[in-house]
Amino acid sequence: MIEAVGLTKRYGAKTAVYNLSFQVRPGAVTGFLGPNGSGKSTTMRMILGLDNPTSGQVTIGGFPYRKLPNAPRQVGALLDAKAVHGGRHARNHLLCLAQLSGIPARRVDEVLGVVGLQDVAKRRSKGFSLGMGQRLGIAAALLGDPQVLLFDEPVNGLDPEGILWVRNLMKSLAAEGRTVFVSSHLMSEMALTADHLIVIGRGQLLSDMSVKDFISANSADFARVRTPDTEPQQREKLSAALTEAGGQVLPEQDGALRVTGLPLPRISDLAHGADVRLWELSPHQASLEEAYMRMTQGAVDYRSTIDQRSGLQQEMPPGAMPPPQMPVAGQGQPGWYAPPPPQQGGQPFAMPQGQPAGPYGAPAAPAAPAAPGSTGGPNPYAQAAQPSAAAAQPAASDLTKPEDAR
Amino acid sequence: MAATQVVQSEWTKIRSVASTVWTLSLAAVVTVALGMLISLLSADEWATMSPRERLSFDPTFISFAGMSLGQLAMIVFGVLVVSNEYSTGMIRTSLAAVPQRGTFLFSKLAVATALAFVVSLATSFVAFFLGQAMLGEHSASLGDAGVLRAVLGGGLYMTLIAVFSMGVAAMLRSPMLSLGILMPFFFLISAILGNVSATKKVGQFLPDQAGSKIMQVVAPADNDTPYGPWGGLGIMVLWVAVALLGGYTLLKKRDA
Repeated sequence: MIEAVGLTKRYGAKTAVYNLSFQVRPGAVTGFLGPNGSGKSTTMRMILGLDNPTSGQVTIGGFPYRKLPNAPRQVGALLDAKAVHGGRHARNHLLCLAQLSGIPARRVDEVLGVVGLQDVAKRRSKGFSLGMGQRLGIAAALLGDPQVLLFDEPVNGLDPEGILWVRNLMKSLAAEGRTVFVSSHLMSEMALTADHLIVIGRGQLLSDMSVKDFISANSADFARVRTPDTEPQQREKLSAALTEAGGQVLPEQDGALRVTGLPLPRISDLAHGADVRLWELSPHQASLEEAYMRMTQGAVDYRSTIDQRSGLQQEMPPGAMPPPQMPVAGQGQPGWYAPPPPQQGGQPFAMPQGQPAGPYGAPAAPAAPAAPGSTGGPNPYAQAAQPSAAAAQPAASDLTKPEDAR
Repeated sequence: MAATQVVQSEWTKIRSVASTVWTLSLAAVVTVALGMLISLLSADEWATMSPRERLSFDPTFISFAGMSLGQLAMIVFGVLVVSNEYSTGMIRTSLAAVPQRGTFLFSKLAVATALAFVVSLATSFVAFFLGQAMLGEHSASLGDAGVLRAVLGGGLYMTLIAVFSMGVAAMLRSPMLSLGILMPFFFLISAILGNVSATKKVGQFLPDQAGSKIMQVVAPADNDTPYGPWGGLGIMVLWVAVALLGGYTLLKKRDA
């Protein structure tokens, strides 16, 4: 059991962790989520007694880490997969850690087998991939057969097989009654692995609840409704009708509407009744990722901006227009949650072109062809009739263009 | 946490990286080879020396001439032993395993110092014997007054240089920063301060100049140092103690 009470850490003027209180219970995998720089690693280091809290305290089984008797036999930790001397064999790395806590050398070979590194045991860890490094770090954490395990971003750099392995390992460790505390910034991964979630942002506690509660509190079904872009008044009309019928209507960035509280057939009926044509009516589920991003959006420290590439802009050949910017989810658009529409600029769905127009209902995949270089005109069909326009297009867009659009 | 476990672990660490072998063997080879070369040249020069110079001719000290260069490899050894932990990030794993930071640091230093001492002492004896062989008829023998003290002192001197470097590296953490300060300090600054008459008084209290007095058997003609061979080594030990204390104090209260 890990218990933090009023944990605060300041580095000079910057507060990395502020008044954090939580408990990590045995017998469950507890996920520790937060954006980059939110204080996850600092908290982990304070749990391990590496950094001293400015105020507050954190204890493991009632003891501060530095006062724990034979700490490495009680607590195992993976902090940084690359924190090994590259010139040392994997086996020697584990051996020196084992000797520190009086663990026999044969245990080293055991854990090497557990993480699947027995074949590279005598190789220098310099040549290890990030995934192999993670496995080595996990091996080090397992060495002392500890009751409390801490993993900082254990799945970074692992292949899908490795991710599955880590997931099952965490679950089985927890099933043995151990305390497992795993940090990550991947909500989707935590939703599959963890039983309990602690979410922090800017060093403060945002949420501390079981995954089940988190899901039921945060994931809601909604419908995306789209009226003809050419007739904005239809959109207003439908909005009013839906609201009147008891639905909640939120405008989305691309002009569509996000409707909650009404089943899809009812929305269709209402649109029909209001004499509004629909270009889209699709069911969606807000993913946990989305809920998590909504929760932490105010606490993100490092946010990218759209790359204008104005410093690299070349003069366009006469008549050619720059390719339209495809908004990328999360880039400079804090309010962007829903998947981007399959195509930009009021075009109809790309289905007639034989392209899979993005899996509906799975908000993660903007699989649409990236604005198919159709700089000549808004409609890809128009292009087929004048193939000479293709010559004026930049080469890169040729590659992304659907074959049959030429 | 038994200190023997930590010592055992540190021994595994030190023997399992290539830099240990490289730096220590470089220190030994450079010291011995350069000592031999300078001994050979000095033997040839004997004929052209003034009587005054012949009077202060110190065959023992000449055979240790390679140490001025060999000690640089020893510095690298000392710095790397400590700063490897920081540059690789291993320090976090180590300190998570040994929360008693004093035990950790001094076990590490003990292992590295013991190894450095064995290599230094062997280097010192080999450098002495091979240097004397080059000097031929002008050589000293181990039985002469003060010679055994000088040869043992040579081993102690090199060891203390390594330990001093470990202390500095424990304070500074970064290998580049530590080497960037120690290298010019021992190779340039100390020599410059010691050769300019205005700063000579200060220069002779620097660790390497004070410590190297232990290797002298015949005092130079214009000897005005206010301390003897063991006094000089004592001054060096003080420097080392300060460096270690600084390293320990910082490690104790610093975030890892």
